[in-house]
Amino acid sequence: MNFTRRDTLLLALGASAAAMLPMRASAAVEDNIAAFTGGADMGEGGLTLVAPEIAENGNTVPVEVSAPGAVAIMLLAAGNPNPAVGTFNFGPLAGAQSASTRIRLAGTQEVVAIAKMADGSFVKASKEVKVTIGGCGG
Amino acid sequence: MISRRDFLQASMAATALYGASGFGNWGRLAAQQALTQDQLLQFDAFGNVTLIHVTDIHAQLKPIYFREPEINLGVGGNRGSVPHITGADFRRAYGIEDGSASHYALSYDDFAALAKGYGKMGGLDRVATVINSIRAERPDALLLDGGDTWHGSYTCYQTQAQDMVNVMNALKPDAMTFHWEFTLGSDRVREIVGDLPFAALAQNIFDSEWDEPAEDFAPYKFFERAGTKIAVIGQAFPYMPIANPGWMFPEYSFGIRDDRMQDMVDEVRAAGAEVVVVLSHNGFDVDKQMAAKVTGIDVILSGHTHDALPEPYLVGETIVVASGSNGKFVSRVDLDVRDGRMMGFRHKLIPIFSDVITPDAEVAAIIDEQRAPFEAELTEVIGRTAEDTTLFRRGNFNGSWDDLICDALLSERDAEIAMSPGVRWGPSILPGQDITREDIWNVTSMTYPNAYRTEMTGEFIHTVMEDVADNLFNPDPYYQQGGDMVRMGGLGYRIDINKPIGERISDITVLKTGEALDPQRSYVVTGWASVNEGTEGPEIWDVVEGHIRKLGTVSMTPNTSVQVVGA
Repeated sequence: MNFTRRDTLLLALGASAAAMLPMRASAAVEDNIAAFTGGADMGEGGLTLVAPEIAENGNTVPVEVSAPGAVAIMLLAAGNPNPAVGTFNFGPLAGAQSASTRIRLAGTQEVVAIAKMADGSFVKASKEVKVTIGGCGG
Repeated sequence: MISRRDFLQASMAATALYGASGFGNWGRLAAQQALTQDQLLQFDAFGNVTLIHVTDIHAQLKPIYFREPEINLGVGGNRGSVPHITGADFRRAYGIEDGSASHYALSYDDFAALAKGYGKMGGLDRVATVINSIRAERPDALLLDGGDTWHGSYTCYQTQAQDMVNVMNALKPDAMTFHWEFTLGSDRVREIVGDLPFAALAQNIFDSEWDEPAEDFAPYKFFERAGTKIAVIGQAFPYMPIANPGWMFPEYSFGIRDDRMQDMVDEVRAAGAEVVVVLSHNGFDVDKQMAAKVTGIDVILSGHTHDALPEPYLVGETIVVASGSNGKFVSRVDLDVRDGRMMGFRHKLIPIFSDVITPDAEVAAIIDEQRAPFEAELTEVIGRTAEDTTLFRRGNFNGSWDDLICDALLSERDAEIAMSPGVRWGPSILPGQDITREDIWNVTSMTYPNAYRTEMTGEFIHTVMEDVADNLFNPDPYYQQGGDMVRMGGLGYRIDINKPIGERISDITVLKTGEALDPQRSYVVTGWASVNEGTEGPEIWDVVEGHIRKLGTVSMTPNTSVQVVGA
């Protein structure tokens, strides 16, 4: 016996999460978006979301958002039990409308960012981040 | 007005022709006992810049046999596309004659028979001869090492890669990037890199704490050669802490980071680079995709997935060059750089036939010096292959070496199921050949070698298999890690490579009983190369050595336990 039982359980938990299809966005995601946009249509472009394709550690995944001219950017982890990560608000004196943070992901899922622009319009960007138990490098 | 892409396509056509004259008729030449070093090295210098690429040497100082894969499947947009064609299809695609030297060097079938005729390949003393010959003609040539250099042999393990560092330094590379090097542990990597007489490049190695570019590795280096400004940008293996034990190098974060790659290309162009070369350990499909996403790269020297291609692959205006592994090949790429841009190229994948190319005496002496203290351990004969058995590793699902390793694990560790990692390094052994300790280490050497024994439920085993299959067959290359499928000892299964994760693997059968794997039951599982810290168990090379000693003569039957759908 070489793994401790806790290691094996942790491994098993991570793996069963990873083996599922990307976690479905829950009703909570829709609620968060509706609260932020008031149901307005969301466009694309002008919002950059940087996240790794495969997380090196699902417990702390670096994510960066930037949207020049935005007044606020909301970040969601669509597959987390509680998808709300946070909303960054930018005042008129903000030098740049960008932010970076680290988030915890329960498994492979979409990370979603929505920016509210100065004219009241909204844009959306998303990226799938895979959380894996690891493979074997060639 | 002729476009630059037209120029490059014209170059490609010329390379193909050149390949046909220089490459295709070796079969006949060899049959006439006329294969010579001059023919292997023959190259009409072209343009004004020369690149020499070596990659994935895996510490193979001496000539070896290395069988290329029979099964190497592509998915999504890469289905049926190079490098995912093998055997006769590969030979047809590149106009390679059956039975020729190139057939032996680049494809798998009739391997044992051809190997007896054409001999071993590689050996860094032969590689030195080729490099010296190119430099004699083009003193300004750049030698670029794609990494996986300081890993993969007995002497490399025992010396913590000092043997490879000493020999490579004698070859005088200009730059290098990295993968398995990090499994030496970050202290040792920094110790070597600190004294390295050439550039250690990687734009995608970050400080994991601050998520900023790591100071120990420069993103790129400028070389001014023959009045031309060449920028070389490094790209290390993107999935280091996932595919290998992250606890060995916790200060570093990796990733593809193609946004930053674009920034680096723009930065070097703005600083006057006339030609931009990416020295990459991404793997071929990832490099193809990166070439399509990042604009302004002229040449990607591709490593990691161990593909050897007789022609570059053209993506837009970028050429992607794949130079094989284990010291079997050296690529020479001549570029015509004019008016601040690459206008054409000429390329040759030079096969290192060890019996044809004269070893460089100076480098041969350095190699012998590294090996001398270990000669007795290296050469001890442990067993022998039967006349019906070639031991090889490459293949998406199985290799006879891995079958043997799984058998050793099952029998020496008294388990029901064995798991062996789908790595792509490790030379081959011909029928009727002695198996030495060095041969066993060549397919097992690593810094996390412990053969664990544990219990896993059937459901968990299935999950592991799905997870690894997605690392190989995710249709988006950016989600692929570049290894092969985990080898399963004691289990058979069916895989549909085109399904999504969670649905690829079915019909998992315990071979011994013929029963379906029970998701609820707990099984005794053994394996090696766990990325978990603190894994316990005997070292894998001792497990395999013990098993081969008991067998004496190793005879393997072809493995038919994996049924592949959607190939």
